[in-house]
Amino acid sequence: MEYAVKIKNLSITLGKDFKVLKNINFELPVGKTIGFIGPSGAGKTTLIRGIVGSLRISSGDIEVFGLPAGSVTLREQVSYMTQELSVYPDLTVKENLKYFITMVGNNKVSDDMLIKLLDLVDMTKKSGSLVSELSTGQKQRVSLAVALIGSPKLMVLDEPTVGLDPVLREKLWRLFTDLSNKGTTLIISSHSMDEAIRCDDLVLVRDGQLLAHNSPNELLQTTGSKTIEECFLKLVGDSE
Amino acid sequence: MSVHKTFATSKRVLGQLRHDRRTLALIFIVPPVLLIILKYVFQGESKVFNSIAPMLLGIFPMIMMFLITSIVTLRERSSGTLNRLMTMPISKSDLIFGYAIAFCLLGLVQVLISGGVMLGLLHVTVLGGTLATMIIAVLSAFLGTSLGLLTSAFARSEFQAVQFLPAFIFPQLLVCGLFITRIDMAKLLQWFSDIMPLTYSVDAMKQVTLYSSWNDNLIRDLIVVAGFAIVALILGSATIRRQE
Repeated sequence: MEYAVKIKNLSITLGKDFKVLKNINFELPVGKTIGFIGPSGAGKTTLIRGIVGSLRISSGDIEVFGLPAGSVTLREQVSYMTQELSVYPDLTVKENLKYFITMVGNNKVSDDMLIKLLDLVDMTKKSGSLVSELSTGQKQRVSLAVALIGSPKLMVLDEPTVGLDPVLREKLWRLFTDLSNKGTTLIISSHSMDEAIRCDDLVLVRDGQLLAHNSPNELLQTTGSKTIEECFLKLVGDSE
Repeated sequence: MSVHKTFATSKRVLGQLRHDRRTLALIFIVPPVLLIILKYVFQGESKVFNSIAPMLLGIFPMIMMFLITSIVTLRERSSGTLNRLMTMPISKSDLIFGYAIAFCLLGLVQVLISGGVMLGLLHVTVLGGTLATMIIAVLSAFLGTSLGLLTSAFARSEFQAVQFLPAFIFPQLLVCGLFITRIDMAKLLQWFSDIMPLTYSVDAMKQVTLYSSWNDNLIRDLIVVAGFAIVALILGSATIRRQE
C-alpha cells in the first residue's frame, strides 16, 4: 500500500518541557479522507504542523510521500489551511486568491482558475468584498479556497468546518469526498465527533497520545459502540 | 528567488494599504504639514529652518516606514499568513524584497510630496539639488523598512511594535546631529552616534544642503545607510523561520 504520511515514534515538546505529543505511530494511506479527532488541546494542531513541516520535532520521524516533512519538494504537493484566518483581511476575496495562486507558482492567474475556486467554496457573489467585511464562515471558506489552489496531493485542513452552517458543511464534505475520489489525500482535524463518521480513516488523539487509528466502522465494531463519541469515551476509559 | 513572486508580494502589500485610505492620507499629509508648522515656528530664523528642514526630510520617511513595516510584518507573523506562506513554494527573499520594494515605493511618494512642499512652497535651498535629496530620503525609507522588518520579530503585539519606536529610533534621533552638532556632545554619545545609521542619513542631508557637488562624506554616508539597510534586511530575513 502507498502511504501519504508515515509517523514513527513521534514526540514533540514545546518550550522547555511541555510534551505535546508522546510517541505517536501511524501510517495514512494515499487518497483517503483522514479525520484527526480529539478534544481541544489534544495535540491535533501540533500533529498537523509537524506533518506540514512548520514545527521542529523533538524525536521520531514524519515522512510525507516518502520525504521528510517540510522538504522543499513537498511545498508544491501539500496545502495547509491553518486554524487561524490566514488570509489578508484588508484585501478582497479575489485579491487574496490571486496573490496565493501566484505564490503557489502560477505566474498567470486565469479567470477560469478564480471562477472555479470561488465556485468550489460558494463565494462567487462575494469575490469583490474585503475579507474583513465577511462573516466568520465566509472567511473560513476563503481560507479553504486558498488550500484548494494548485491541486495538491495532500490537503491538511485544521478545523475547516468550524463556524459553518449545516448546508455549507454538507457541501464541503461532498467536495472533500470528490477530492478524495480523485486521489487527493485529505487530513481534516475536528473536535466534532459527528463529522468523524464521514472520514475513511480516523486518528483519535487525547492528551498528546494516540488513542486509536482505524476506519470509523472498525472502531465502532471493536469497541461495540453506536457512535464515534461513545467509542471515543470507551477508548479514553480503557487508556486510564 | 522569483521576480514574479517578489513583485506579487509588493503589489499585495500596496493593495492592502490602498484599502486603508486613512493610513495613506496620514503617511502623505503629516510630513508636509509638520514642515509647514516648523516653517512658522522658525518664522524669524529662516536660516535655522533651512538647515533643519532637509534633515527632517530624511528622518520622516525612516520613522514612518519603520512604524508601518513593523506593524504590517507583525500582523503577517501573528495572523497565520506567514505560517501558511512558509509552507508554500516560495523563498524568504520573495517576501522580504517584496516588502522592501513596496515600502520604498511608498517612501518615494511620501518624499516626492514632502520634498515638493519643502523646495517649492517653503523655498528651502538645497545646493546639492533635488535628485540627491530624493535619493537620500528614499534610502532613509529603505533603512526604516529594513529596521521595521527586523524589529517586528521581537514584538509579540502591536503595542510592543509601537514601543520600539522610542526604544530604537528616538535615541538615534537625539544623537544624530539634528539638535546639536555631534562634536559638542559627550564623548560616549559621539561614539554611540558613530554606529547609528540615522546619523549618516542626517549627515547626508547636511552635505546635500551645504554643497553643490557630491563629496566623499556624502558618498560615505549613502554607503553606510544602504549597508545598514541591507544588513538589517538580511537579519530580518533570518528571523522568518519555516520551522518553529
